[in-house]
Amino acid sequence: MINLQTELKESIIEQLNLEDMEPADIGNDEPLFGDGLGLDSIDALELIVLLEKDYGIKLTDPAQSREIFVSINKMAEFIEANRTK
Amino acid sequence: MKKLYLLDDAIISPLGFSTEENIKAIREGRSGLKRQQKPEITENSFYAGIIDESPLNDDFKAIGNPKKYTKLEKMMLLAVQQVLNKNPNLNLAETALVVTTTKGNINLLKDPGNFPEIRIKLSELGKVIADFFGFAQTPIIVSNACISGGLGLAVARRLGSIGKIKNAFVVGGDLVSDFVVSGFNSFQALSQEACKPFSNDRNGISLGEAAAAMLVSIDKPESSGNIALIGDATVNDANHISGPSRTGEGLYQSIQKALKETSISAAEIDFLSAHGTATIYNDEMESIAFHRSALQDTPLHSLKGYYGHTLGASALIESIITKHSMLKNYLYSSKNFGELGVSKSLNIIQQNEEKEINYGLKTASGFGGCNLALVLKKE
Amino acid sequence: MQKDFSIKDWVKIKDGKISNSKNEIFNSSEKNLDVFLKSVYDFLELKYPKFHKMDGLSKLGILGTEILFRENSFSTDTALIFSNNSSSLETDRQFQESTKTFASPALFVYTLPNIILGEISIKFKLQSENAFFIAESFNAELLKNYSESLLTSGKTSEVLCGWLNLENGEYDVFLCLISSEINIPFSEESLKNLYFAEND
Repeated sequence: MINLQTELKESIIEQLNLEDMEPADIGNDEPLFGDGLGLDSIDALELIVLLEKDYGIKLTDPAQSREIFVSINKMAEFIEANRTK
Repeated sequence: MKKLYLLDDAIISPLGFSTEENIKAIREGRSGLKRQQKPEITENSFYAGIIDESPLNDDFKAIGNPKKYTKLEKMMLLAVQQVLNKNPNLNLAETALVVTTTKGNINLLKDPGNFPEIRIKLSELGKVIADFFGFAQTPIIVSNACISGGLGLAVARRLGSIGKIKNAFVVGGDLVSDFVVSGFNSFQALSQEACKPFSNDRNGISLGEAAAAMLVSIDKPESSGNIALIGDATVNDANHISGPSRTGEGLYQSIQKALKETSISAAEIDFLSAHGTATIYNDEMESIAFHRSALQDTPLHSLKGYYGHTLGASALIESIITKHSMLKNYLYSSKNFGELGVSKSLNIIQQNEEKEINYGLKTASGFGGCNLALVLKKE
Repeated sequence: MQKDFSIKDWVKIKDGKISNSKNEIFNSSEKNLDVFLKSVYDFLELKYPKFHKMDGLSKLGILGTEILFRENSFSTDTALIFSNNSSSLETDRQFQESTKTFASPALFVYTLPNIILGEISIKFKLQSENAFFIAESFNAELLKNYSESLLTSGKTSEVLCGWLNLENGEYDVFLCLISSEINIPFSEESLKNLYFAEND
């Protein structure tokens, strides 16, 4: 689980072009949207692509993505339970 | 600012290859949207309004060789030709050409066919149209997301007001391509069925393709019963490059500025042609902007249920339909509307009806945070 | 109605060089566009994380505007009137490539030339007139006429207009701030002279 969280942080930083950020800068329970990392709606769509590309999980309901992209921990939990690769 | 008179027009769309056919279809409640099975665009079936190329080629043969022009070019050329047919004495050396599109021949990116690579450029699209008919002036090409077609009318008026243009052709067109379908798909913005603007069960946009042309002039025509553009404004939301403003700020300000230029009040607007793409956030944003503008009781429709979202052509087509609506004193219903699904009350036209229309308002919004308002007057 | 307008200041970004009406600001031999853009960002000490999410065309527009707006006062109704030849073709190609595997929404959003007008509006809080024109080459006449129409009709009090082109990694940026303050006379001729002047 620890590895998955670090891996997620690394791919989020790369995929969303969070220049000047290190995985250590992102807390596992820190909110990804709003006041936390400050991601926006396009970032959310890129995270949906990331889930499909890296873990074979297809999200089609935007409402569902709002429940998953709460924090790194939430995302990791969801990936562990649903990954197909 | 001077007035810009909206003269003859033509629409080439899945609803028909003339303005008359298009209006007849809208009047009868027919839609150009249907489930499409087009593996060259995307593997799964999707809802869109797509022009059948074989009747298009049949019509095009009367004016040129269909193999030498792309689908979009043929659509746009046919639209211009129809307007020219009604104005055989027009001096094209003195007539400006304003071309509006978002993506032009973008389908050539995946498969250029026999066309040279440069044909994908929007400047080439302008050149093809200018050369075909012999327009002498350098074409003015507007590519400003989904307000492009309406902005083209404002551009003609603005240049006309300072004496740089007398007559102009405003031509708009966009395609349903693999490019835009995959893009809007990646945005999870495509509806699984025909789009339902302002409805509580709306679930995204349907794409459509179409072209339109309109002859406009700064000079008042001698005949009576004309529609003129008397106020225009664009204001950027300065909020987000793809998400509509939560307060409708840019659209609200556009409406205020366009009205201010005309010195009429919102209460005098008899009909409002909205953008109404049927995404959750766009329609909500519009309802807020209209409410803030005191337009909540003004009859309004979105034409997206008939055409789908025709991107850079949409605001031009919708201005053309508004013009005819005003001349006929007739309101066309907002297709696929069920129950109101936005937070502010609106007066959505649910049935065709006769109504005296002296002033009309056309609005549009697009990516990049752009918004447009056009005030039209019958004289 | 005839009121005179002036080019208050201008900025050029081409072949690694950046200059404005007063002097050369930056010079680099870096050929890689992304590296060049990042070095200008660092040079300007910009703190704007969104910058890194933008495509090349938007980055160029933000950098050019930043340079102009740092040295000059500007009004919040400053109209943005931009033009180029390649539209968003550079990003269009990248997006088309992404569709072969997973279509990228972050690329798709930049596949319209006017997105930069939105980016500038957001960064500098401009709720103003926008237009993006496509031309075969630098069209001073259209930029001048359209700007003049907005200025004389009172639709705007200032204009940021110019050329912002990016194709195959080659960039050509020339932006002008137009106002009623006295400086270089705003005419088709002066726009052409400035645009075509050698970068020396």
